[in-house]
Amino acid sequence: MERLEIGNAGDVVRVRQAARALALQAQLSIIDQTKVVTAASELARNTLIHGGGGSAELDIVTENGRTGVRAVFSDSGPGIPDVPRVLAGGYTTANGLGLGLSGSRRLVDAFELETAVGRGTTVTVTKWRR
Amino acid sequence: MSERVPIVRIGQILLVSIQVDLSDETTLTLQDDLSNRIVAEGARGVILDISALEIVDSFIARMIGTIAGVSKVLDAETVVVGMRPAVAITLAELGLSLGGVRTALDSDKAFAILRSMGRSATRDDDDDSEDSEGAGETAHTGGAR
Repeated sequence: MERLEIGNAGDVVRVRQAARALALQAQLSIIDQTKVVTAASELARNTLIHGGGGSAELDIVTENGRTGVRAVFSDSGPGIPDVPRVLAGGYTTANGLGLGLSGSRRLVDAFELETAVGRGTTVTVTKWRR
Repeated sequence: MSERVPIVRIGQILLVSIQVDLSDETTLTLQDDLSNRIVAEGARGVILDISALEIVDSFIARMIGTIAGVSKVLDAETVVVGMRPAVAITLAELGLSLGGVRTALDSDKAFAILRSMGRSATRDDDDDSEDSEGAGETAHTGGAR
């Protein structure tokens, strides 16, 4: 398991590079590599901008004979008060496109969101090898 | 720690080939640098080569859209070159179409598009022909690689 702190824009790039290395190691197709790295980039930026910084934990996982890449993004930020609205897309509090969560959800096979107002947000995504 | 993406002028055209893993800071710096250079150099076209980019996320996509929009207002046309197929598929799935952004498969085709719009790599109306002719040659060999 690889744990990376997310505290500045350079850290977002490092999360991207770590996700790419793991996707390659897990032998994901080029398209699936691109998708999971893009999702990691979106979620790491969310952690930085909306969560006020946090961490990413990246790993190769095997479950029920499947292998894939899993990434967990955690912050202790303000949390998300209106989850359905954020997941619907196009809603943003920062200066973005509002596609971070809704878009990255479409790019992965499994997506879990845990959030509590005032306590923080954890997003877990998995991309399986086909 | 912010890196800078180099911008090369070839005649009336500014050529940007992104060869680094773009951080958000570098992305914003490029957006500003390019807008300033379009005005400062009176550029008529921008070729943005993203063939080395392994991903284009929503932030980078927004920069591309902004550059295309800003350049249009400044009377320059932007052509995006070399998007990888996996990147195109991912962008579409992310919900981004990059609608309104002109694209070409390679730099040669991008130069041809700009030439057909009267925005060439050489300055026809320029007295300093020695400089612009040389630049035109560079454009050709550069695009053919």
